[in-house]
Amino acid sequence: MTLFYLFAAVAVIASLLVIAQRNPIYSVLLLIASFGALSGLYVMLDAPFVAVTQIIVYAGAIMVLFLFVVMLLHAPAEETEHDEKIHPLRRAGPMRFGAALAAALVVELLWALTRAGGETGPFPGAAVSSVRAIGRALFTEYAFQFEVTSILILVAMVGAVVLAKREAAKS
Amino acid sequence: MTPTLNDYLILSAVLFAIGTAGVFVRRNLITILLSVEIMLNAVNLSFVAFGRSLGTADGQIIVFFVMTVAAAEAAVGLAIVIGLFRHRESLNPDTFTSLKW
Repeated sequence: MTLFYLFAAVAVIASLLVIAQRNPIYSVLLLIASFGALSGLYVMLDAPFVAVTQIIVYAGAIMVLFLFVVMLLHAPAEETEHDEKIHPLRRAGPMRFGAALAAALVVELLWALTRAGGETGPFPGAAVSSVRAIGRALFTEYAFQFEVTSILILVAMVGAVVLAKREAAKS
Repeated sequence: MTPTLNDYLILSAVLFAIGTAGVFVRRNLITILLSVEIMLNAVNLSFVAFGRSLGTADGQIIVFFVMTVAAAEAAVGLAIVIGLFRHRESLNPDTFTSLKW
């Protein structure tokens, strides 16, 4: 239980800092810390495959992509001077309203979870944690979805290349 | 004492709300995309917790697909961000007010 609280605290604090940073590079690095904590939670849930995939795919590939783009764009820290130029009606109020809506969302979700009751004891039964079982299900029961996934990745790859390259060809 | 399903769901709800707040509050396209990743991870956590609670591998398989979609979304989204930045030299979504220029 202490381990759960440790990982949960790291995940929540790191995620909060992600949206509190002005510099996107710090945001990306803190999100990697959050993903590490989530990976520990997956290990506690007897899902080592997901834990390893989280590290390799999320922290290793997707976040490096983000970091690459942040450095490629030489991304400026969030522009504050721009906020002064926009119409006062559109400035801070909607953002505070959005934050209030997010707080309302968490209150509603917690209310629903505490009212639902449900299972309060430890997890019943045995866990399916072997990569063998997951791979077998992936290539038999979910074979079609798996193939569709490969097409999705192909389309995304072509789309990313086309979107990022078009302007260079024009100029 | 081991953590229960409810503990994981509460953590997932908190993380999802943090991601939502990030999308609403931040004015930087890259940070908004990062907030979307936080939300996807919160949902992944509840998928794995439900799968563990039901004793099936389906939760972990859905997480696999969600990760694939997240990778595709990040690739295309970041390509669009690069394109927008080339046009306007800004990452603030408030500067992108026209569909055509």
